[in-house]
Amino acid sequence: MEVLAYQGLIGLSSAMYLWLISAGLTIIFGVLGVLNFAHGSLFMLGAYLGYTLYGVVGLPFGVAVLASMAAVALLGAAVERGLLRPLYGLDPSYQLLLTFGLVLFLDDLAKLVWGGVFRIPPIPPWLQGSVVLFGRPYPLYNAFLMATGALVGGGLWVLFDRTWWGRAVRATAADRDMAAALGIRTPGVFSSVFMLGSALAALGGALSTPVRPVAPGIGAAMIVQAFIITVIGGLGNLRGAFAGSLLVGVLSSYGTLWFPEFELFFVFAIMAAVLLVRPQGLFAR
Amino acid sequence: MNHATRRWALAGLVLVLVLLPVVGSRYVVYLTVHILLLGLNAVGFNLLFGQTGLLSFGQAGFYAVGAYTCARILLAWPSLLPGVLGGTAAAAVAALVLGYLSVRHTRIYFAMLTLAFGMMIFSLAWKWRAVTGGDDGLVGVPRAPLELLGLVVPLPTVERYYYVVLVAAVLGVVVMHRVVHSPLGLALRAVRDSEVRAAHVGLDVRSLRLVAFTVAGAYAGLAGSLLPPLENTVTPPIAHWTASAEPVLATLLGGIRSFAGPLVGAFVLVVAKDVIVRFTVHWSLVLGVVVVVLVLGFRGGLVAALEGLALRAPRVQPAAAGEEGG
Repeated sequence: MEVLAYQGLIGLSSAMYLWLISAGLTIIFGVLGVLNFAHGSLFMLGAYLGYTLYGVVGLPFGVAVLASMAAVALLGAAVERGLLRPLYGLDPSYQLLLTFGLVLFLDDLAKLVWGGVFRIPPIPPWLQGSVVLFGRPYPLYNAFLMATGALVGGGLWVLFDRTWWGRAVRATAADRDMAAALGIRTPGVFSSVFMLGSALAALGGALSTPVRPVAPGIGAAMIVQAFIITVIGGLGNLRGAFAGSLLVGVLSSYGTLWFPEFELFFVFAIMAAVLLVRPQGLFAR
Repeated sequence: MNHATRRWALAGLVLVLVLLPVVGSRYVVYLTVHILLLGLNAVGFNLLFGQTGLLSFGQAGFYAVGAYTCARILLAWPSLLPGVLGGTAAAAVAALVLGYLSVRHTRIYFAMLTLAFGMMIFSLAWKWRAVTGGDDGLVGVPRAPLELLGLVVPLPTVERYYYVVLVAAVLGVVVMHRVVHSPLGLALRAVRDSEVRAAHVGLDVRSLRLVAFTVAGAYAGLAGSLLPPLENTVTPPIAHWTASAEPVLATLLGGIRSFAGPLVGAFVLVVAKDVIVRFTVHWSLVLGVVVVVLVLGFRGGLVAALEGLALRAPRVQPAAAGEEGG
């Protein structure tokens, strides 16, 4: 029983990366209607920038994380304004194709800049060590991840439900033209939402560096996982993305324990089944 | 281009393709086989995307079903025709079944569903060791002789095998030309341009989409089953979702609204890759920029851009009409 609970806790902490990346993907899809293939590559860029600033330049870990979030957010704003904006009136297939082109570009760019080898800096001293959970030592860093994930969840809830900006975003998501008619600058809302989503992806990436090696392929690997989660939770549904992250994180943690051979197959089978039976997502109200 | 020049150009192209093994090096022939395989895959895919308006991200799955089925058949029964036909049929059946489920959705949900199905096939190729050989793949697949009507043609060289692929590709392209210019093709374009109107004039929208999906899957399967006899091996990466992008990119590059677009795109993609990787390993970097530029500025693809250049006159972009309703 303790083994099960412990394995669940391990799953919960890896669910936090999934949550951070799918939160960004979800709010961008929910508001802009763009399914961003390049979101995994933004996660990867966050990881590489975090690694460089913290592991190579030697900035404090917290500063490195915040700086890489800011840099990726700026890149996100440039992508939204320069590349996506001309495509809003067209078939959504073109947005998918454009962001796929960005995946090719960014993943190869990372290879060019950082090389193809795995990189992993040490855990910052203040996050080393462990706490005791279920009578076993549990890494402090994983506990820190869970706290951060919960904090981001709470922060997003406050941002969307309790601020003027959040109301403007929800209005724009519900009816773009009506929101514009009411005086909301919808292009600005789009840019800021894309920046927020990009920053969340970068946060996930930067936080992953001390425990998960970074390599150019992680963009393509992460985006597929994020797709699975956002589909299970319901495209554009933030609460669903949170629940979906926990579900997938914990299930794949048990999955690797019990049926490592077909874990991948079942995860995609679940995604297909949700799309067929309940396309609005398992957690839609 | 008027009718007469077009006919002459086509005749010249066929002549070049037939004489290629005589005049070109073995490497050029090998590269051309890859162009023809990607061209077949892309021509099939464009029936789904350009004609019917559905963007699939799972074509690599059907390509792999064709490749693995053909490889298994050839390992047990070294005769080319049963392998290729069996692989194509298996891919068509897989596309029929998965297509029946996929065409319930359109646009992004359709793209996600085909991605999920494609990745299910990938994970089987990767993990179902007993059948697919797991991450080692299937090795030692023979380039089995072509046995037809009592005739046995051995295919020891790439040059000979090239002619088999050429015949398959020409047949595939001619059949697709007939399909696109038939009432069925017209009905598919009606579905693409307006689902509601198509339904109101009595077209069965879902069945039409399923037909397009199955044909596209069969073309991917045909291309896939022609691969193992060339390479003598099949490995899981051909089924990965990033491989599904190849026919998509070829089609986009050549142009989705012209019949020759996917073929032109396949040619440019394979040749450009071959040239660029001689100078830099960062081929994807270049390709990514090309995709972004195409999507932003040249949605009609190379064919439309060249036609526009040749005519030197402002004309309605063929892509513009379909985009609004597509």
